This record gives sequence, C-alpha cells and structure tokens, in this order.
Amino acid sequence: MTEGKRVLGPDDVRRATTRMAHEIIERNRGLERVVLVGLQRGGVWLADSLGEEIARIGQPVPVGSLDISLYRDDIGRRPVVPGSVSSLPSEIDGARVVLVDDVLYTGRSVKAALDALNDYGRPDSVQLAVMVDRGHRELPIRPDFVGKNLPTSLGESVEVDRDGVVIVDAAETSARDGGSR
Amino acid sequence: MSARHLRGIDDVGADGLLRLLDLTDHMAEVGRRANPKVPALRGRTVCNLFFEDSTRTRMSFDTAAKRLSADTMTLAVGSSSVNKGESLRDTVETLEAMGVDAFVIRHRSSGVPWRISEWCTASVINAGDGWHQHPTQALLDLYTIRAERAARGAEGFENLRVGIVGDIRHSRVARSLTEALVLLGASVLHIGPRTLMPPTPLAPSTDDLDAALADLDVVYLLRMQLERIDSAVVPTGEEYSRRFALTPERAKRLGENVLVMHPGPMNRGVEITVDPAHLPGSVITQQVTNGIAARMAVLFDLLGGVDLDVGSPAIGSGGAAS
Repeated sequence: MTEGKRVLGPDDVRRATTRMAHEIIERNRGLERVVLVGLQRGGVWLADSLGEEIARIGQPVPVGSLDISLYRDDIGRRPVVPGSVSSLPSEIDGARVVLVDDVLYTGRSVKAALDALNDYGRPDSVQLAVMVDRGHRELPIRPDFVGKNLPTSLGESVEVDRDGVVIVDAAETSARDGGSR
Repeated sequence: MSARHLRGIDDVGADGLLRLLDLTDHMAEVGRRANPKVPALRGRTVCNLFFEDSTRTRMSFDTAAKRLSADTMTLAVGSSSVNKGESLRDTVETLEAMGVDAFVIRHRSSGVPWRISEWCTASVINAGDGWHQHPTQALLDLYTIRAERAARGAEGFENLRVGIVGDIRHSRVARSLTEALVLLGASVLHIGPRTLMPPTPLAPSTDDLDAALADLDVVYLLRMQLERIDSAVVPTGEEYSRRFALTPERAKRLGENVLVMHPGPMNRGVEITVDPAHLPGSVITQQVTNGIAARMAVLFDLLGGVDLDVGSPAIGSGGAAS
C-alpha cells in the first residue's frame, strides 16, 4: 500500500465489516434471495469478507462478482483488468442484490454496475454496501451500508483493502494507476 | 493520435496477444449470457468490406460488432460500385466519409489492408488478404487452444507442440497462426506435401504425418483447396487423403488430450475422413463460437478508447506497428 495518511487499520476494517454484515442481515430479514455482488476489482474482497461474516452470524448467501468495464461512461480511460471476468452465482431475476464496492466516490461505477446487472436479469431490489463513502457524488446515488464516511478533497485518493484505509495525495498515484478514486 | 490497426501479427507483440486473450475471456462471458450484448461501442461504426467470398468470417465480425452495440455496414463486392470500375481508394474514401471507425477487410491480394490503412484515418482489421495474413483467425485459435487445454488441466504455450497439416504455402491461416504461436513460445511443425511448403520456411516441416502424430498436442487441419487437387502439386484427392487426412485409424492413435482443430469450412473426405463429432478432442465448433469473442476483443481494443493516453491497448503498443 502506498504511503499516506492511515485512517483505518486492519482491526477497524474487520469491525466495520462485521457491523455492515449485521446491518445487511437486519435489513433483509431471513436473508432470503440475498446475493452479494462485488464490483471488480476493488469490491470483490469486501464482498467475500461480508459473505464470510454473514455466514458466521446468520446463514450462507451466494457471493459473486461483476465486471463493469464494458458499461462505463468513460470506456477506454480505464483498461480492462485481466482475470476480472464477471461471475454471478445465482439467478438475478427476483434476487435482492447487495452491490459491494470498496470506495463510493462519483457514483459512476455504481451506475455502470446497475446497467450491467440489468443485462443479467431483474432483481427485486438492489442495495449498496461500501467500505468508504468519500463524497463528491456526480449522480443521485446513495449507499445503504457504509463502513466509514470519510470527507476528502478532490486532490486526494483513497486506497482500501483488508489492512486498512489510507488517504494519499492523488499526484502520487495518478501516474501509477491512471486516476484517483 | 493516429488510428491503430490489426493487419498482421506484426501489429501485436507477445504481450499484446496475451492481453487480447484475456480480453477475449471477458467477451466470452458476455456471449454466455441470456442477453449477449453490452453497450461498450455505442455510436461506433464498423464497415465490413469483403472483396472475396466469406460466410463465417463476415458473419462472425458482424455479430461481434453488434454484441458490442456498434453499428455495422456491410459491402459485398458483388453488389457494389467496385464492379462499375470505382477504384479501391475511392470506395474506401467514400465509405469513410459516411463516418466509419473501423474497416474489416478481406481481399484476394496480399497487402491490401496495409494500403488501405495509408488512405484513411479509420482503424483497419485484416480479415484475410491473399496468402498472407488472417490475424483474427490466429487469435481465436490461440484462445481456443488456451481455453480447451485449461479445461483439460494443461497451461501455457511454452511446451505446446502444434502440427499444422496441409497446404501451408497458400494458407494465410497457417502463416498468422505460426507467427503467433512462435511469438508465444510454442513449437510448430508444418506437415504436408513438399510442394505445398512455403519457399521461406516459417517452421520445421515434414511430409510424414504418421511419424509426427505421436508428438503433437494439437493437430490443426487446413482446408485443402479443391482447385489445387488434380494439378501438378497434388495428383489426386485419394493420394492426399491417404497421406495427410485425419482418418479413423490416425484418430485412434491420438492421445486423449490432443486437440483437433480446423478453420472451416471442412472438405469432408479430403483432409478429414472421420466425423469430428465422434472425436473427443475436436474443438472445431468451439473455434466458431470463440471467433465472435476474439473479434469482439479486437474491436473493443481498437475502438473502445476515447482517451488512450491512460491505459494500455493490446494492439500497436508492443509490435512493429507504424
């Protein structure tokens, strides 16, 4: 992970995941037809972690992943990442889908994910779980489950994984991965 | 930024080929859905320009473009002004003025896609030029080899042994596939009559299929052009089949994980006298299915970028492209 200001550590991320798992169970009583879908690539580990926690507290639910690179409104600006092919574990028609991503920023990835999901079927409902909401939305999209609300400036980028959450000066990362998120 | 092209394997390096194969994985996933269509190339126009007969390649490109939501135009030479004496250059310039982002070109003369790429600002994709190149066929074949071998527990191209059987000299499929396989580290053996080997060898060759058979992971049968039979190079069809066809006897000697491939359309009874439906290693149908995904990957790589100074396209970033 890049050097920067560490906002959450591994324990914080684990606690936030457990809390979000409880909230997801509470909101979807019985967990019937609930499917967790992680956005490639940043959301996949969090969907897996949430899936483990939900199985521990309640009962197992299907966990899948969704590649949105063919649905983005900025196609071509971000390369398609090899090995991140979509894999949806169960029928989407009638499911209660919880989309999972690491960082919620402009909302454009979530919009692309909603478009992509639509091509697999018609879910009964779609909810959104993110580890970090950093603000600066450009679309009318809001999260249902949040690990941490984190006010940031546009000049910063946020990196999230199991080991924690770090805010970095975007100038350091833009050269490396082609943009902040 | 100038347009990038896929005219020959030279336009892509080894890294570019591997990236296109990974991208093909994404496109194959789209193809398996109930609704196999994505909005990735909305507003782009792909023009199929076929100066030589083709059914499957033309349909495959057309389907690939449509699955990416691009608009398509198709010009078959029989119905075009080319027959009124309009020059190739005028045709291309006229079509480009209608707003074409990519030309998919098949032509009986080698090198035509390179000429066309000098005349226009659109991307040019070679769908077969003369005896020269057919890069998307090579890509779909590589993808099929990779996917089918992975399904059988084998990985990588480094230890792969591919035998290409038939008329190597006149085959653009053999040329592109051989170049691509060699780039990725596979070993290629050309098998066929001495008279049908290229003047400049691309790979080691033999005219003894029976001796070569035991050491192959992939048997790639080429279509034997019927007009070449009964000429000086191939005396009779029976003679060719006896020495070079995949017969039931030869099929029995193939290991269980050996793949049998053919670019189609097959001349049953000439280069293949066994029903491929009864061969466990036959992946000929998969080649056709994968062709759509491979061509989607090429179209997306060439046309998907609006601002390609970020990210790295597969084509034209590693090869000898202009």
